[in-house]
Amino acid sequence: MADAALFEFLHTEMVAELWAHHSDPGPGGQKMSLSVLEGMGFRVGQALGERLPQETLAFREELDVLKFLCKDLWVAVFQKQMDSLRTNHQGTYVLQDNSFPLLIRMAAGLQYLEEAPKFLAFTCGLLRGALSTLGIKSLVTASVASLPTCKFQVVIQKT
Amino acid sequence: MAVCVAVIAKENYPLYIRSIPTENELKFHYMVHTSLDVVDEKISAMGKALVDQRELYLGLLYPTEDYKVYGYVTNSKVKFVMVVDSSNTALRDNEIRSMFRKLHNSYTDVMCNPFYNPGDRIHSRAFDSMVTSMMIQVC
Repeated sequence: MADAALFEFLHTEMVAELWAHHSDPGPGGQKMSLSVLEGMGFRVGQALGERLPQETLAFREELDVLKFLCKDLWVAVFQKQMDSLRTNHQGTYVLQDNSFPLLIRMAAGLQYLEEAPKFLAFTCGLLRGALSTLGIKSLVTASVASLPTCKFQVVIQKT
Repeated sequence: MAVCVAVIAKENYPLYIRSIPTENELKFHYMVHTSLDVVDEKISAMGKALVDQRELYLGLLYPTEDYKVYGYVTNSKVKFVMVVDSSNTALRDNEIRSMFRKLHNSYTDVMCNPFYNPGDRIHSRAFDSMVTSMMIQVC
């Protein structure tokens, strides 16, 4: 049980560190930090995308990969499964987590809603990195309507 | 026991290729290159035949008079190709599978190395020594 806390604390510190050195709170600087966080998550996701499916058999289609993310990846990182996965069958998937572990300690409602995106950037990168190792180019964005429920939208880029 | 080991990225360029004896390397490079076609054929064949379980180990790709070539694909479409001496008849399927499993484990370790950029050639010494241990097992 202590393992989950280790990652949560580390993640909180990462976000705090990136925002602490901000002399200019303008939107330009914010975007930099968000993309740095997302980049970190991407590299971690790439490595996880190699290690986690090691014993599983080959994926047959895109939906299998998404299901793997919702079940195995989420369990490995957050010790719980994703609560819902929806798709429009045209390359867009919405993954919803009703009690996201990185947000659950902050609030349970609308307080701190503006601060929430910072804490989701790393996870967006994580999803994008894992998808990229498994051969899927995508764009991942996150949205929060009320803590701790959050939605990750994955749009597959058709090249 | 393996004579040549190659790791091919999903865009079909080599990430790592090594063979012993070191002279006549080009012949092995050609063999690995031609085996890529066979690998692609097997992957697409598996996709169409609605097999319930898709294995990562592809088995014997093609035999030549002196050598046998085996293949393995990971979930991230990275291919491992191994060329074995035909005269070594003691090698069984299980041993080949375990060699591929070791390769896969070492490759995963390389991926997780923060100093490694995915897509670069593999320079890791640990990976090298693991491959050496697989190749030099002559009595």
